[in-house]
Amino acid sequence: MWDESTLQMLLQGVGETLYMTLGSTLFAYVIGLPLGVLLVMCASDGIRPHPVLYKILDVVVNLTRSFPFIILLIAVLPFTRWLLGTTLGPTAVIVPLTISAAPFVARLVEGSLKEVDVGVIEASQSMGASAFQIIWKVLLPEARPSLIVNCAIAITTILGYTAMAGFVGGGGLGDIAIRFGYYRREEDIMLITVVLLIVVVQVFQGLGLWVARRLDRRK
Amino acid sequence: MEGKPMIEIRSLSKTFRGKNTEVHALRDINLKIEEGDIFGIIGMSGAGKSTLVRCMNMLEVPTEGTVFFNGMDLSKLNRKQLREARRSMGMIFQQFNLLMQRTAEANICFPLEISGVDKITARKRAKELLELVGLADKAKAYPSQLSGGQKQRIAIARALATNPKVLLCDEATSALDPNTTASILSLLKDINRRLGITIVIITHEMSVIEEICNRVAIISESKIAECGEVTEIFSHPKTPAAQHLVFPEGKHTTEQFTGKHAIRIVFDGSSSFEPVIANMVLEYKSPVNILFADTKNMDGKAFGQIVIQLPEDVSLAEKMQRYLHLRGLTVEEVSGNVG
Repeated sequence: MWDESTLQMLLQGVGETLYMTLGSTLFAYVIGLPLGVLLVMCASDGIRPHPVLYKILDVVVNLTRSFPFIILLIAVLPFTRWLLGTTLGPTAVIVPLTISAAPFVARLVEGSLKEVDVGVIEASQSMGASAFQIIWKVLLPEARPSLIVNCAIAITTILGYTAMAGFVGGGGLGDIAIRFGYYRREEDIMLITVVLLIVVVQVFQGLGLWVARRLDRRK
Repeated sequence: MEGKPMIEIRSLSKTFRGKNTEVHALRDINLKIEEGDIFGIIGMSGAGKSTLVRCMNMLEVPTEGTVFFNGMDLSKLNRKQLREARRSMGMIFQQFNLLMQRTAEANICFPLEISGVDKITARKRAKELLELVGLADKAKAYPSQLSGGQKQRIAIARALATNPKVLLCDEATSALDPNTTASILSLLKDINRRLGITIVIITHEMSVIEEICNRVAIISESKIAECGEVTEIFSHPKTPAAQHLVFPEGKHTTEQFTGKHAIRIVFDGSSSFEPVIANMVLEYKSPVNILFADTKNMDGKAFGQIVIQLPEDVSLAEKMQRYLHLRGLTVEEVSGNVG
């Protein structure tokens, strides 16, 4: 089984998995980061309390998060076709992955920002900081270590979801595991893909923790 | 001092409303803080003093009443104008509230950055301020590498960066040990004298007021119990709240003295801090019994009270009383269980 084409396939699988994971994470943050910031701002104890907007965002985030990914994957197919002209391949999978991960990321960001000491926010208000300045110069930089650790969590979670992309022809290691391991019962290939997935998760998790620790000035 | 007050508070009330609860944190507060004052606001925890100082820069919006800062009605300002006004009011806190991910220098630059000062000018100003607070060598240190006292010095430097007219201190020394407290207080006094900045100090410690304040307001149960010159309140506390703070054990302790010829000598600052009792004993060659003493030396003047028991000999006792009168002291008889 260790022929050129198998190796080629596994290598391509790793490449596709990384592409789907990082692409989805990027877009999930493009949507989730502002959403998380908005959740913190509008909360009753936030710097611009807005109960109605908060409730709406809160419900939307919870709804999207409780949607089973496998169902979402299929449900958004028409949208993906409309957006990209196809529903096949790694790029197409980035669409449902992003939709599914963005609210999750919003919650992670919300959690990180809530860790910032309210006293520090009060101090910056006392110095005449605007809401935007508080977000940009206080909340995000002060929460940086926690944001990075949570980003690693987001990446590894999304990585797990990419495995399901195989069902809709998305490609990547998960796809290989399903096609060879599940349908064709070539268990050694399945084992290798699982090991590769574990390695990739470990690398991202370790890297995230390391960077967060390096950048944290609290110790 | 004449002229318009730096901060004036008129019939201010603050009520926190919960679902089924109402907490009256402040009721009908009236205060005037003059330019150059070191104004103390003292009270037990929960008395409302922290809410009061937060009303001064609108971190808490008063339920009723007005706050004038330098003649401006703060409640009439829009958000942008309020941010401008806040740049003229520095504030320091019990927990320092420094940005943990920024160096000491970058913390001091922060208020300048947000008011649009360019980086080079900000750094220059930060350097001056680090020197002012005596931490020029800590520019690149992060808050986690500094002691409590050093953190508070950086916080003071940060609060002064925008050249404020007023410095609000919310329990600024309560998290510090006595030595560090003393050094922070002397720094504040120095800032008040050298830069002419009006300072408002919130504290629950009478020693802080005694150390640096010239005027004081005693706040008790959401109201101002007494307000005036520190020297006046120290010598003649009128309300129970004030008496409790000035003589924490005083009134109760003296009630136990039932001996004959006991007198209370009140030091109200008009006599110098000389050993009056000792001199009197030397003069009349007769001992007296000191039953209770609580005196403080403020700027070379004596404040407080001493209760002594005079000799049995009536004429000698009278002579001694006259001796004390002549030295400008208020003397009153303490008999039975009069407090």
